Amino acid sequence: MSDTLVEVKHLKQYFPVKSGFKTIPLKAVDDVSFTVGRGETLGLVGESGCGKTTVGRTLLRLYKPTDGEVWFDGEQVTDKNIGHMRKQMQMVFQDPYSSLDPRMTVEDIIGEPLDVHHLCSSRKERREKILELMSYVGLNSEHARRYAHEFSGGQRQRIGIARALAVDPKFIVCDEPVSALDVSIQAQVINMFEELQEKLGVAYLFIAHDLLVVHHISQRIAVMYLGKIVEIADADDLNEHPIHPYTESLLSAVPIPDPDVTRARKRILLEGDVPSPLKMPTGCAFRTRCRYATEQCEHECPSLTERSPGHQVACWNR
Amino acid sequence: MAEHLLSVQDLHTSFFTDAGEVQAVNGVSFNLDEGEILGIVGESGSGKSVTAYSIMRILADAGKIVGGKILYKGQDLAQFSEKEMQNFRGKCCSIIFQDPMTSLNPVFTIGSQMKEAVVLHTEKRGKEADDRVVELLELVGINEPRRRVKQYPFELSGGMRQRVMIAMALACEPDILIADEPTTALDVTIQAQILELMQELQKKLGMAVILVTHDLGVIADMCDNIVVMYGGRICERGTAHEIFYNPKHEYTKGLLRSIPNVNNMKKKLVPISGTPINMLNMPKGCAFCARCDEAMKICLTEVPEEIWINENHKAACWMNIRDAVREEGSAQ
Repeated sequence: MSDTLVEVKHLKQYFPVKSGFKTIPLKAVDDVSFTVGRGETLGLVGESGCGKTTVGRTLLRLYKPTDGEVWFDGEQVTDKNIGHMRKQMQMVFQDPYSSLDPRMTVEDIIGEPLDVHHLCSSRKERREKILELMSYVGLNSEHARRYAHEFSGGQRQRIGIARALAVDPKFIVCDEPVSALDVSIQAQVINMFEELQEKLGVAYLFIAHDLLVVHHISQRIAVMYLGKIVEIADADDLNEHPIHPYTESLLSAVPIPDPDVTRARKRILLEGDVPSPLKMPTGCAFRTRCRYATEQCEHECPSLTERSPGHQVACWNR
Repeated sequence: MAEHLLSVQDLHTSFFTDAGEVQAVNGVSFNLDEGEILGIVGESGSGKSVTAYSIMRILADAGKIVGGKILYKGQDLAQFSEKEMQNFRGKCCSIIFQDPMTSLNPVFTIGSQMKEAVVLHTEKRGKEADDRVVELLELVGINEPRRRVKQYPFELSGGMRQRVMIAMALACEPDILIADEPTTALDVTIQAQILELMQELQKKLGMAVILVTHDLGVIADMCDNIVVMYGGRICERGTAHEIFYNPKHEYTKGLLRSIPNVNNMKKKLVPISGTPINMLNMPKGCAFCARCDEAMKICLTEVPEEIWINENHKAACWMNIRDAVREEGSAQ
């Protein structure tokens, strides 16, 4: 049994977009490769529109990938086997308000994956399993018969997590699971993710735009820009020694809740906005905002190369 | 004592809903001086935005200022007629909102919307007003302003729209700029641009800024003084340094422990237990008592008063009142 649980190879996801008479592809995810180890958390960060959510969804075949392979535990994920593969890989969504059916009780929401995969032979077993899951995520048993609208945002997110855990998955894609929550509730949910990982050994792909949260929860972090991974490294290594100019400015832009630290720092401001993914710059996608850009960047797109063990960067000049 | 630019005194704002009266702001007082950047921080429902809207008198229909005073250069805003208020808004005090898409009108060009503000509040007309619009867009760092004035909001990115909103707010060089979660809807790199811009403009124009946000990082970066709100009341206030390094209210302490920071990456976060309070069902004592680990008997029954911790710092927590703590100890 290898240490690698999920392997993504050259994943591409293009969406057709009508532009006048032509249909042009929007390259949401363009040739992305990475691995997630057993019981590991890989953080995926980037700005809105960089394709991080699409990576998560394509990985689970919520979209049919344009190209590329996803391997899970030594088995390739295909259209045919995705049904039983989803028993191993699950998802927690960003918005705890729209991702729960308002007409189902908590018991039915958490029980649905159990029914779909025929995991319980009797009603009693089903009920016990549901109560066990609810206690995992800190919900009381008397909550079982209530509806989603009776809960606060943090509690709803707990229901979503219990639903994902119902099938005993080895891997969960968490798509911005705390960004809709209040600051004082975020820590509760982050801690719960960490505790569940210790207890159940589940691996996460943790997608978020809050770099401090990602740094806290992840062992490794991948940074995306316009559909491509530009840097991937150990979480501490990435924060202390960012190499890619985008990572560098992204980290310098994060406001740190510590006046002395944050004011002593020099912000590396990026000019302008992210280019439209329909009008991607040639060569390196970041070159239009990069202060190190050279002619080479205009013509050739850099690929990820290893700079030190486990630290890969896609840049010609750094 | 010198007069403050803006002085909010014991402000009470309530919303009258079908379920009953919601006291969104419950006795809030603070002062704002010229050129100061004041941060108001709190969770959703803490009353921070309602405080800002009360100053501008732009509350929703159900909302009413039921008590207290808002003094602008010594004049009470509550006594202002709607006409005087219109003059106050824009000229003395401007506001920018969280979502620049919904605060701009989608069917008018940027230029015509900005010109409206200029014409309403200044003497400039026609060509002169157009030039002022271009000048304002340049001021907020929008390139090719002559072309931008003909564009519609949907043609601009989120960061650009927020720049337009700021330019519009600055049209008549107000003394006070209220920014209600100005960067929450933006990406980090764009947020950094906007924060930098606001700092620059504040220095250049010397206006006072009230920054309302839930992001302690933004607050740490921008503000001279900070007000922490919970459940419609101020629980702690002071200089940025005092609030971050010497917090004296259990809620502030809890908040700082619960957010990931550079120095606690390897440690477990310490969350605040429980859920935010229901404003329809406020506790009798301290609003935070149900979630507070240190709560004493007195916290449940009596609202703590704000007391001075030192000359730059005030907090409303029974833990700081020695007699209260001693009494609790002897009761056990």
